Amino acid sequence: MTKTDTVPSAIAGGVTGGAMTRFAQMPVFWRLLSLALFFGAWELAGQSNFNAAFPTFTETFAAFVEMVLDGSMGAAYLRTIEPLIVGLAFSLGVGVAAGVAMGLRRDVEFLTLPIFITMQAAPMAALIPLITFVYGVGLASKVLAVVFLAMPVITINSYKAVRNVPGSLLDMTRSFMGSRWQQITRIILPAASPMMFAGIRLGVAEGFSGVVLAELLITPTGIGDLITYHRSVANFGHMYATIVSIVAFAVIAVSLLYHLETKLFRPEKRGQ
Amino acid sequence: MNAIAQAEPSATVAGSAPATPIVRTRGIHKVYGGTVHALKDINLEFKRGELTSLLGPSGCGKTTLLKIIAGLLEPTEGEVEVNGKPVTGPGPERAFVFQDFALMPWATVLRNAAFGLELQGVNRSEREERARHYVNEVGLSGFEDKYPHELSGGMRQRVGLARALAVDADVLLMDEPFSAVDEQTRRKFQEDLIHLRERENKTFILVTHSIEEAVYLSDRIVLLSPRPGRVGQVIDPEIERKGDPDAIRRAPEYLDLTDEIWRGLREYVE
Ligand SMILES: Nc1ncnc2c1ncn2[C@@H]1O[C@H](COP(=O)(O)OP(=O)(O)O)[C@@H](O)[C@H]1O
Ligand SMILES: [Mg+2]
Repeated sequence: MTKTDTVPSAIAGGVTGGAMTRFAQMPVFWRLLSLALFFGAWELAGQSNFNAAFPTFTETFAAFVEMVLDGSMGAAYLRTIEPLIVGLAFSLGVGVAAGVAMGLRRDVEFLTLPIFITMQAAPMAALIPLITFVYGVGLASKVLAVVFLAMPVITINSYKAVRNVPGSLLDMTRSFMGSRWQQITRIILPAASPMMFAGIRLGVAEGFSGVVLAELLITPTGIGDLITYHRSVANFGHMYATIVSIVAFAVIAVSLLYHLETKLFRPEKRGQ
Repeated sequence: MNAIAQAEPSATVAGSAPATPIVRTRGIHKVYGGTVHALKDINLEFKRGELTSLLGPSGCGKTTLLKIIAGLLEPTEGEVEVNGKPVTGPGPERAFVFQDFALMPWATVLRNAAFGLELQGVNRSEREERARHYVNEVGLSGFEDKYPHELSGGMRQRVGLARALAVDADVLLMDEPFSAVDEQTRRKFQEDLIHLRERENKTFILVTHSIEEAVYLSDRIVLLSPRPGRVGQVIDPEIERKGDPDAIRRAPEYLDLTDEIWRGLREYVE
């Protein structure tokens, strides 16, 4: 936790990566202090009663503990996590494979790039009612919502990452008579991995949006249901606790991914 | 093909040294995208064991010619022969040293230096042993476990050189190997290259845009004209390189030749 080695931001991989690295490198004391300041400000704002629907931090925290203890929080997460994991697994597998194939082959690029560019530019949330219309209100629709939001950014980043591999590294493998397979596995994939992972982190974050949107728009289940329910009965402490918990969960998931990447794929970024 | 190649060696014009050409280009033309005529009718012979510089203003096609010799680019017309055989792609007798080093940032100095051998399927202990030898040879011992971003530009280029030496090719193709390093490092590197040539029996083809560098290092200098690149002049500087490097750089032959080449190139610049 107290890693202090410096990483050149150019290889830290994207905006989220850079900011995350910096946060991860802050000494624990400063990280705790910044959280304490945030919660303190929240507490004061809540006590000022500027908005009846805005609970204090302590109320929210108490509601959180209550929901954890009565099991409603755990049950909600169990429901929410299923479409999330299925959707993310699919988006990762298909998205990375499609992106890499597009990067490696012009014909695949011509066929599929327009689809992904459209998907990335379109407000996918607007399609969610349409998904429901076709696939009903079950698991399939929610998985699809996650895939629609997560996959385009994963695919496009993987594609760009492969395209951005320096030409001289490709020439280098050719000049030492490496095969195409060696070129792909030993040069292209490792060289593309920082940008690919930046896309995966963004995709995972999008996937969280997708699943929550689906639960708010399609059928209230899981976390979406918890938010909707507590709002309808004016339990604002509980509503905020649920929202903050899903935000924290997404942030933790994305940071874990970042650490996993550094550990598994970027030996030069590990402290020696 | 072979019969012709064997019949010809005596045809080389070189006076005293009976060196045979290891690389020969015949009527090379290169046109990029139908419009950019980069090289025009390049006929050259590179003798075994010699260091030849390709010298010319930037954009005249030096890199293009070197990549064609390496087999990384196809000439639009003409062919390259190595040891009398026409080149169809990269081969084990040629190794390339890249202008931007082309090192893998995620790999240590040792793995980078061993990468040519790794691609050839040499087993790990053997390739690391050979890479270690050449890492030491280029003056980087102690840095085997460092990553490229921990090294200076000059040191990175030494890794690129070690990688090319480790595959034991006969011909080393170097594309402006010293252009990305500072002046002191550059001079030190040039001196080291002269010493390296005494130990390793290799043929060097070196691209440069520095007249001083070409004169200081080369057995032969090929001057290329601006686009479309053609062979303007071939010069054999006869400079005695044994002894104090600073004295060589002050020697009248060295200074006169630098001046002469500069006068020759000047018309292009103006
Ligand atoms: N892939 C390419 N496509 C089109 N033109 C190119 C390409 N590579 C090089 N050129 C052009 O060919 C000429 C020679 O380039 P190059 O061999 O890199 O020159 P040098 O190494 O002498 O600076 C330049 O005018 C350059 O713009
Ligand atoms: Mg060049």
